[in-house]
Amino acid sequence: MSLAHPDPMRPRLLGRATVNVVVALSVLYTLLPVLWLVLAAAKSRDAVFTSSILSFHDFSLVSNVKDLLTMDGGLYGRWYGNSLLYAVLGAALGAMISVACGYAFDKYRFRHKEKLFGLVLAAVMVPQTVLALPLYLIASETGVVNTFWSVFVPVLFNPFGVYLGRIFAQGYVPDEVLEAARVDGAGELTTYLRVSLRMLGPGLVTVFLFQLTAIWNNFFLPMVMLSNQHLYPLSLGLYQWNSQATVSPEYYPVVITGSLLAVLPLILAFILLQRFWRSGLTAGAVK
Amino acid sequence: MTATTHAAPPRTAPPRAADAVRRAAQRSARRRRNAAAGVLMTPFFLLLVLVFLVPLGTAVWLSLFSADEPGLGFGPERTVFVGLRSYAAVLTDPTFLSGIGTVALYCVIYIPLMVLGSLALALLLDSGVVRMRSWAQLGLFLPHAVPGIIAALIWLYLYTPGISPVVAALAKADITVDFLGLHTTLPSIVNIALWSNLGYNMVVFYAALQAIPREVLEASVVDGAGPVRTAVRVKAPLVRSSIVMVAMFTLIWALQLFTEPMLLHQASPMVSTRFSPSMYIYDAAFSRTNYSLAAAASVILLVVTIAVSYAVTRWTNRVDSAKETAR
Repeated sequence: MSLAHPDPMRPRLLGRATVNVVVALSVLYTLLPVLWLVLAAAKSRDAVFTSSILSFHDFSLVSNVKDLLTMDGGLYGRWYGNSLLYAVLGAALGAMISVACGYAFDKYRFRHKEKLFGLVLAAVMVPQTVLALPLYLIASETGVVNTFWSVFVPVLFNPFGVYLGRIFAQGYVPDEVLEAARVDGAGELTTYLRVSLRMLGPGLVTVFLFQLTAIWNNFFLPMVMLSNQHLYPLSLGLYQWNSQATVSPEYYPVVITGSLLAVLPLILAFILLQRFWRSGLTAGAVK
Repeated sequence: MTATTHAAPPRTAPPRAADAVRRAAQRSARRRRNAAAGVLMTPFFLLLVLVFLVPLGTAVWLSLFSADEPGLGFGPERTVFVGLRSYAAVLTDPTFLSGIGTVALYCVIYIPLMVLGSLALALLLDSGVVRMRSWAQLGLFLPHAVPGIIAALIWLYLYTPGISPVVAALAKADITVDFLGLHTTLPSIVNIALWSNLGYNMVVFYAALQAIPREVLEASVVDGAGPVRTAVRVKAPLVRSSIVMVAMFTLIWALQLFTEPMLLHQASPMVSTRFSPSMYIYDAAFSRTNYSLAAAASVILLVVTIAVSYAVTRWTNRVDSAKETAR
């Protein structure tokens, strides 16, 4: 950029510097707490408690992880498995259910369609805390309270996924494709499974990721439903250990190391599936 | 003439038969499509009934009935209709009202900060002068992958004197801040929520900004608008629908405030067990086992959520149509 010909599209040097500094500070704001978690997980308890976290001697990540995995008879591993089961299985099944429904909303005509869709959208707005108590009472009534199912079934319900599924069906599956399949004499469901679902792939992954994050984060519902520690997901288990730490401080390091390991699967999922969720965010923002 | 009248019926008859055949085929096609739609939608609507409509109905029912124990609790327990008594009890409970006040204040601080902050960041990233843009985006987005309870844990440690390098650094500079004091607890919670969701909403805005046609921006440059003016006057209004959506979701989540104060409650006496309406519901249901009270509070929270969301939609629609007529 030459000073003789100032380009109006390009802000001046000072402006550029300011923009970069603001963005860099924001990135530090989001990254430093995560960095603290990484460093704290790699330190012995004494180092964490003396705030001398930035020193690089006394690296004890391995022994911290060992402590974590043996604490309370290996409960942490159990929680990890539970979280994976609730989140991965729940998100996969939930995304299939929601996207199928959203697809039907887009491709078929039936009575009261928009009213039903309105009901779906209304369900997006209803706070989970409102439904937790009645869900708990229904679960106790039917005897499923404090079982795997009491957490797994409610998390399958994802009305926002239906909304996204409808938008994706509109965008990715042209009606002509369905017409062509019908002319060929293919059944409606066969067409869905063989043709449309493949076209909906990226949308399906997006809904899956949204739901994976939501279930992995889920805290209220397991807290209400579960009293058996062996069924806890990570979020609830770490909460429990943290509350014990106020009495017995030996829980602090395991809570910190456990938190770090609990973050990894989602980061991995987001990096691996990056190009899908970006498209999903745009689709959600269009309307 | 007669020939044609004679010929007419046989000539129209075959089309009529074909018509009937076609109609029958259409009918069966429609039936097949309806069946397919039914199969595709049934699982979701089963869930909708099971984990949404029935619980919702149960909440309303519970709020209108109460377990009454006649004879000072010695008689047999029976459920009696109490009408709006539980609602009156909730709405006159100072702890519930203070919870509503807390969340209202939280929304007032948090939502503008969140929407403006993430929009500003998205505009900066969209300006084209940021170095290592995709890395910056990834860094800003990272907290979204951190579960709410763990975000609260990290920040709780960063607020705790003796553990926190932040508090230690401030102490060296002779500044003492109690992050969990009387007036700092709510801002501390706002900070946790902001940290968790800023990057996510930034990505939503950024995606919308990328979708703006280049011609529009070039036109604004031709008109002599500088980069700041273009961002504020041209780009931001063009992503209005995203702004409304982000504000709406932020609001719905903010009204449910639960995870962060629940965790801070373990460490700070400033966060009571009835700090927010959601915590009030939890406390009423599972600590006091007063189901009708909890149900009434749930219904009130639901009504407030719907009313506020409806008001936001109405208001933005009205602003939209006012702009349309002004144009």
